[in-house]
Order: sequence, then structure tokens, then C-alpha cells
Amino acid sequence: MTDTVKKRLIKFLVSLIIFGIAILIIVYNLRDNIVYFYSPSEIIENNQTGSQIVRLGGLVESESVVSDGDSIFHFKITDGQEQISVKYQGILPNLFAEEKGVVVEGIYMNDRRFIANKVLAKHDENYMPPEVIKSLKETGKWQE
Amino acid sequence: MNLKLTNKQISIIEKANPFLIVSTIVAFTFGLYFSLLQSPPDYIQGDSMRIMYIHVPSAWFALMAYTILAGSSVLWFITRNPIFSIIARSIAQIGMIFTLISLVTGSIWGKPTWGVWWVWDARLTSMLLLFFLYLAYIFLWQSITNKDLASKISAALAIVGFVNIPIIKFSVDWWNTLHQPATISKLSAPSIDISMMVPLFIMTFATFLFLITVFFIRLRIEILDNKIVRMREVK
Repeated sequence: MTDTVKKRLIKFLVSLIIFGIAILIIVYNLRDNIVYFYSPSEIIENNQTGSQIVRLGGLVESESVVSDGDSIFHFKITDGQEQISVKYQGILPNLFAEEKGVVVEGIYMNDRRFIANKVLAKHDENYMPPEVIKSLKETGKWQE
Repeated sequence: MNLKLTNKQISIIEKANPFLIVSTIVAFTFGLYFSLLQSPPDYIQGDSMRIMYIHVPSAWFALMAYTILAGSSVLWFITRNPIFSIIARSIAQIGMIFTLISLVTGSIWGKPTWGVWWVWDARLTSMLLLFFLYLAYIFLWQSITNKDLASKISAALAIVGFVNIPIIKFSVDWWNTLHQPATISKLSAPSIDISMMVPLFIMTFATFLFLITVFFIRLRIEILDNKIVRMREVK
């Protein structure tokens, strides 16, 4: 390794460290703004009420989906600790289902009520053929 | 350190070309047969999950190509050996194409799954940024006539832009995103059935062969281009 190469290497490493620290600081401070949605616990804790549009995500609680006609739906979103009741008028995505992930966009009212104007189904990382799910459920190995 | 490609090595790259093209076609024939006909549909997504067989390998190699681009840019910065600059430029286009494929196929999958074509979550946004990084890299090189200067500026962009790669990879773990976390990771057992994993791996292999084929073709073009630039400078 010649001296010029050594010098370039040192210069490069020093600027890499400085740049890396700068990026870490930026990403660390932006972490609350980068999230796409908040969990029910976070929304209740921050009390993000008012006219500000927020996104809420979690699992659709089982046996909580009620439709009262005119394509108005009521359901509860839970993160295992807190739950928020959502009211939505519109068409639900095909993959919307109880005990599955969902992200809703709208306005958080007080006392755990949320009025959504957009509902997105969130898919998880599992890929399984229907027969495998059936046999897993039969043997009791499938956990929802 | 002298890493200039010899004429013998260049002729190996040239001779490998027809072999690579044939193996890419064979691998894709097998891969598409398995992913479209042999593999079962998903229990929730149905047949739309088959897009994954194109989407996932493209996204993986989009990240891998950028890692090679940034890595060879670093080596060029330190050694100033033109071969690293040539490797970096050869991998850029194919990386950009893979990024575009993963964005478009992801969008087509997003509509029936999520209900929307596009959302500005951390994964999708950082992937779009990767596309623009590739685009900027290619445009910078082409638009600056002084090629020594062009090499410096485009290499600097490639290295600085590398910060986006871990952000893309870990965005689904660090922040709440609409995009799901990784299905296949080193730390835990994959959450995908073997009947879907086999077609995915064949498609990954086929995509890899395609990457190598295009990379070797680009490499020959960039070597010739480099010679032309040097000849003009001598004049």
C-alpha cells in the first residue's frame, strides 16, 4: 500500500464516521415522524384528538365487526392492551377480516372512538397454502 | 495494485455470454412453471401472492446491486483503479431496472391486498429513493463531460447513498409500516411453506443469472467506452 492510498483510506474512513454519526442523529430524531401508523395504546397515551388526521393500526378484534346497513361498519382495533372503536362508511378491502391486521386513516375522537375515512388491510409475513392451514388447524398447531 | 482486466479475461466474459443467456432462459422456464402452475395459492391472498415470485428476487438484487455499486465506488476512491469505476457503472442500470420492477410489481400486489396502489410508508418511500439514487448516479456520469470529474462525483453519490440500504432493509422492523416484515430471515424459521419457498428460490436463481448476464454485457460495453474516452484524451 503506497502512502497516497493510505492517506485516501484514512480520509475516507474519517469522513465515513462523521457522515454515519450525522445520519444516525437524523434518523433517531425522526423516528416518531417516520411511523406510518400508531397503535391504540400510543393514540390513547398521546390523546391525538381534534381535526388532525392520524393513522391507527392493529388487529381487528374478533367478533367486533358490526354492519348497520348503508355500508357503515363498526369494529374495534386492538394491540393486545388497549382498544379503539372505529366507525367507517365505505367499501372494506377484500382482505379485511377479524383477527387480521388493519390500518385506518381518520380522526380520533375522545373516549376511544375513531372515525375512519380510509381502511387498508395489512398483510402479515406468512405465506401458506390453504391445505396446510386446514391441517394445522385440525391438529391444533395453528395460532391466530 | 494493478487489477486491469487482461484480454484473456475479457474474452472469457465474451464467451460466457451465449451460455449465460441460455441458462437464464432455462432457469426462468422452470421458475415460472413452478411459480405459476406448481405452487399453491396463499390461504388469504389467493393467486395474487404469485407476484411475490418476481417482486422479492427483484427487490433483493436491487439492494445487492447497490451494495456492489457502493463497494466498488469505495475501492475506486481509495485505489483510483479504473476497473472499479467500470464495475460500478456496469451494475447501476440493472440495479435501477430491478428497483423499478419491485416498485411496479409491489404496487400491483398492493391494490388487491391493502386496497391501495401506493402508500408513503418507510419501506415504499426508501425504495423509491433508491430508484432516484440509481437514476441520479447514471445521469451524473452521463452529463459531466470531464470523465475524471464524473467518476469522482458519481462515486461520492453512490457512497453517500448507501446509507439508504440498511434503512430499506430494517424499515419494516424499526418503524410501523404498511409493508410486512421479512418472511425469510437468517434469525428465525421462514414463515413460508416449503411448496412456496422452492419456486421462490428457483426464481431467485433465475433472476441472479439474468443479473450476471446483463452485468457481463454492460461490463464489455463500459470497457470499450473507457477505451474510447482514453483515446480521446490522448488526442
